[in-house]
Amino acid sequence: MFKIVRKQVLSQTIKLIEVSAPEIAAKVQAGQFAILRISENGERIPLTIADFNREDGTITFIFQEVGHTTINLGKLESGDHILDLVGPLGMPSQISDFGTVVCVGGGIGVASIYPIARALANKGNRIISIIGARSKDDLILADEIEKVSDKLYITTEDGALGQKGLVTDVLKGIIDEAQIDLVVATGPVAMMKAVSEMTRPANIRTTVSINSTMVDGTGMCGACRVEVNKEAKFACVDGPEFDGHLVDWDIVEIRSRTFIDKEKMVMEGCTGGGCSCQR
Amino acid sequence: MSTVIEKPKKEKVDRQLMPVQEPHERVKNFDEVAFGYTEELALLEASRCLQCKKPLCVDGCPVHIDIPGFIKLISEKDYQKAIDKIREKNDLPGICGRVCPQESKCEGNCLLGKKNEPVAIGRLQRFVADWEFQYGEYEVEDVTPSGKKVAVVGSGPSGLVVAADLARLGHKVSIMEGLHVPGGVMVYGIPEFRLPKAIVQHEIDNIQKLGVEIKCNTLIGKSNTVDDLLNSGYDSVFIGTGAGYPYFMDIPGEFLNGVYSANEFLMRANLMKAYLFPEHLTPIRIGKKVAVIGGGNVAMDSVRTAVRLGTEEAHIIYRRSEKEMPARLEEIEHAREEGVQFKLLTSPIEIIGDENGWVKSMICLQYELGEPDESGRRRPVPIKGSEFELEVDTVIMALGQGANPMVPQTTPDLEVDKDGNIIVDYETGQTSKPGVFAGGDIVTGADTVIEAMGAGKRAAQAIHEYLSSGNKRH
Repeated sequence: MFKIVRKQVLSQTIKLIEVSAPEIAAKVQAGQFAILRISENGERIPLTIADFNREDGTITFIFQEVGHTTINLGKLESGDHILDLVGPLGMPSQISDFGTVVCVGGGIGVASIYPIARALANKGNRIISIIGARSKDDLILADEIEKVSDKLYITTEDGALGQKGLVTDVLKGIIDEAQIDLVVATGPVAMMKAVSEMTRPANIRTTVSINSTMVDGTGMCGACRVEVNKEAKFACVDGPEFDGHLVDWDIVEIRSRTFIDKEKMVMEGCTGGGCSCQR
Repeated sequence: MSTVIEKPKKEKVDRQLMPVQEPHERVKNFDEVAFGYTEELALLEASRCLQCKKPLCVDGCPVHIDIPGFIKLISEKDYQKAIDKIREKNDLPGICGRVCPQESKCEGNCLLGKKNEPVAIGRLQRFVADWEFQYGEYEVEDVTPSGKKVAVVGSGPSGLVVAADLARLGHKVSIMEGLHVPGGVMVYGIPEFRLPKAIVQHEIDNIQKLGVEIKCNTLIGKSNTVDDLLNSGYDSVFIGTGAGYPYFMDIPGEFLNGVYSANEFLMRANLMKAYLFPEHLTPIRIGKKVAVIGGGNVAMDSVRTAVRLGTEEAHIIYRRSEKEMPARLEEIEHAREEGVQFKLLTSPIEIIGDENGWVKSMICLQYELGEPDESGRRRPVPIKGSEFELEVDTVIMALGQGANPMVPQTTPDLEVDKDGNIIVDYETGQTSKPGVFAGGDIVTGADTVIEAMGAGKRAAQAIHEYLSSGNKRH
């Protein structure tokens, strides 16, 4: 059992929990994730480790309530416990002195870009961050990211905060103007794909973080497989970060839809009435 | 129940069948297929044992159970002593009584089998293990602590056996398990209808009574490395991480929705209990037509799970003939009884998807058998122009599993072979790294529970000698 030591409501659907997990906190590096399960009948779901405190032995998750498990996770309060938690999983981000790095985070993906931007900044890179959300209320970690960035751009789709539009609108201008050595993008599949397509003609190295469906998260089930440079890779052990120019995005999009209808069933409160809809 | 109890004859008693759930019933549930012997059947079967002076069956058992000994105790109706006798050598009797390939081990050596049918040793073992589960006592003897600490990586059959043996010798053993429950392949792979999880848990509970600590959610290679363990006070480490890496065929269409590795399919069904969705929240999708590629026990487990999940048509697609199938005969027969169709000498070359990225069919090629290959089995040769399209919604790849790479990758001085299996001395399980031992599927590649247990027994003895000799790693 893993105790939640702090909870913060970041928006109506985005929550932050800080969890006591000393063994994970001691080892975790930017870019890694953990798998958790909140009840005996629960799913195992992967969540990016958005922050960690090695001294206190805690790790932080920031998640959007999009499905049954995340909604129930969001109901837990400080002092409550998570049943199972394993990590750190996946390969860490490659952190070295690249030069100028653009860190792009969209929606809940901003939580994933934060530890990476921080680690890259600590390594001496010049960090230009672009973070975006649907609306002002959904924008997270702006202050934290500003602290580790040399320049921060904010976009909202409704224009309530920062520039109206998408993160890629800002990225376009930056690519045209400045010498960029690396782009790191975390967020929705469509955003990461758009970023990769944008940087491809300019030949700017681009890293994306693939958040696939997983069961064990340790390289055994292969549910998270993606095609990278015509080769099968497992997001859980080979990734989650891959070269955005080599990822087959069609496959990522298709596979992200595998269980959408099942999730809907659970959300609508189906209790398994023997209707054979499992088929 | 389908079995008629046969009356004992004066001289000769036939091998007793085990009552099973009828096929049309069992395809609708995940309950165990075989019910196990009644006391009456067990006594009849036990009466068949010749009590050989030099029992060949014991030679066939990788953990050397005193087989005539425990069968004699069954005949005397002393079931507690019978299970104690088995437990002298085997800490997982209820598991082995169910999933051991006895036909090629103990029963394969039985003298009766030369002329007639061998004694049903596995069924008798299961009978006393189940008796213990219901009525028995499991007593733990006090041991003098040795002051030594051993870490066991992985809680599958080899790891559990190493832990039990070393705990009895007074060593403090901690098992590190990456998943949220212990048992390894016995919980994530082998289905409930063949090996009930309550039986696995019972055996693990007994091992914990010996003082063995099991730490779940602890993935060695990530949470900690083998070197971290050695540097944090463990005197020795045993690696039993198994063969969990799923193989795919590398044919077009394998990324489509509806294609699973057998590992994923079975993990969803067994470990995560997706057959109870939505009360259990992990989903599984089965489709009306399922094709399982492969001919081993994992393929049979997958296809029979698919049948129970309600698919209308289930196929085994295997590129050789039935004779070459690695699955146990019993599993093949059970699958056939449950309506599984066998498309032999057939293999897919492409999976076709619909406009939304879901599997809709598979292009297969037919084969004929040619000359024997290096495995001694006749090599399948493709027949020109034999392509045909098979309509399917779900494709499950059961092509075998490779070594789990995580521990070798994070333990630089651990020697592995070209397949990623850890290289050890057969008798001791000693790896290239001092103080570090290994056994089970991570050494041999995917094999049986009992072979992994045999390796665990040998390694436990070697680790005990290592710890007792005062050897220092450094």
